[in-house]
Amino acid sequence: MPKTLLTVATRKGTFLFESDDRRNWTTRGPFCDGWPVYHAIYDPTTGSIFAAAASEWHGSTVWRSPDLGETWEQSSEGLTYGDDDGRKISKASTLARAGDRLLVGVEAPGIFESRDNGETWSLLSTLSGQHGSEAWDDPANQPPGHLGISGFITDAADSDRFFAIVQGIGAFETEDGGSSWTPRNKGLRRDWPADYEDVGFCVHKLVRSPDPQRMYQQNHVGVHRSDDAGQSWTEITEGLPGDFGFAAAAHPHDRETFYVAPVDGLHDRTMHDGKLAVWRTRDAGSSWQDLRQGLPQEKAHLGVLRQGMTIDTHDVPGVYFGTSTGQVFASADEGETWSEIASYLPSISSVDVAVLD
Amino acid sequence: MADVRLPGTLTPLFPGLPRRVEVEAATVLAAIDSLETQWPGLRDRIVEEGPTLRRHLHVYVDGERAGLDTAIAERSRLDVIAAISGG
Repeated sequence: MPKTLLTVATRKGTFLFESDDRRNWTTRGPFCDGWPVYHAIYDPTTGSIFAAAASEWHGSTVWRSPDLGETWEQSSEGLTYGDDDGRKISKASTLARAGDRLLVGVEAPGIFESRDNGETWSLLSTLSGQHGSEAWDDPANQPPGHLGISGFITDAADSDRFFAIVQGIGAFETEDGGSSWTPRNKGLRRDWPADYEDVGFCVHKLVRSPDPQRMYQQNHVGVHRSDDAGQSWTEITEGLPGDFGFAAAAHPHDRETFYVAPVDGLHDRTMHDGKLAVWRTRDAGSSWQDLRQGLPQEKAHLGVLRQGMTIDTHDVPGVYFGTSTGQVFASADEGETWSEIASYLPSISSVDVAVLD
Repeated sequence: MADVRLPGTLTPLFPGLPRRVEVEAATVLAAIDSLETQWPGLRDRIVEEGPTLRRHLHVYVDGERAGLDTAIAERSRLDVIAAISGG
């Protein structure tokens, strides 16, 4: 079996987990000098690991390791709105590869790109002109968490086409590499008044199934499915213990199978009743099953953030999630059974997985 | 030459950067820009858009709280201090 690599971003650096059998794991780290890291990914295009980080002392940067964690460098060259713009970058939140470009999402909301694998950056888009963009550019209007651009979905077949999520505003798609954007929030529920019909949604996590027409999302008020590549959405929350959650993952081989990790939507934002469960649908949201075997079922008040769950591409996929209290749980059998592969990490922001040939 | 003292959180980021370094400069910002020429990227770790000092860093010139435009003398001591914070 090829090696499986987990990149785990925490409030105190990046950790790497490797396994040849997905049962026994070796751990290395912390990397990135213990900086708060918000998203760490393995980039198959370059074989590098990238980590979006923000220090309260020293600002935002992107760390990179070309050799699976042996050596690290960081650069924020060009990662700025400039002295005259008025906007400041408080955080580098999320990363994605789009063709020959590496993308990083920041707050105040904006997307920067690097065409030299993270050595230098330049501003790609702030999605200016979209409904509400004047308001989301105001630092006073940023929602808690201050993620700005909180997630991407890129398209391996078309590097000019990708989705970006503006935290607290909604999802947008570009088909021309970031020059123009279209809101993709039609049909989403929201339980609050909004100034515009097409924006004002709180999309937490967007994922694509192996069929590009089929997408899923977990948002602030429900789980939704799209059958037309994000053009419209249908709610599929019924059967889940609540409508709130952050993390989500789509099965890599079956468009009908999708996972969420529901948490209480009030202040606690931990799993319901102190019992850990990942919920899975195998019929695109018509029904849900709770997956608990091997997960703590007593006094386990743990949260999972939006980048905190992922799934690998093995024939029988493995599912992984990291918690706000530093545990990593892994399943090598599509979520049927779980084991705790780390217990005492710092608070986890993201878990990413790659299968290395 | 001014005597610049840097926080320990900076030195791991830039190979060869010492905690104490001597700089010929007329202001705090000029001193930081001088360090930038030797260790590219260092300015952005101390100065944000504006330009202004990053919120949780303080600079002192000869023991007095300073800003980026504060003048420094030939034998000034310039301390860059990371705010005490925890958690």
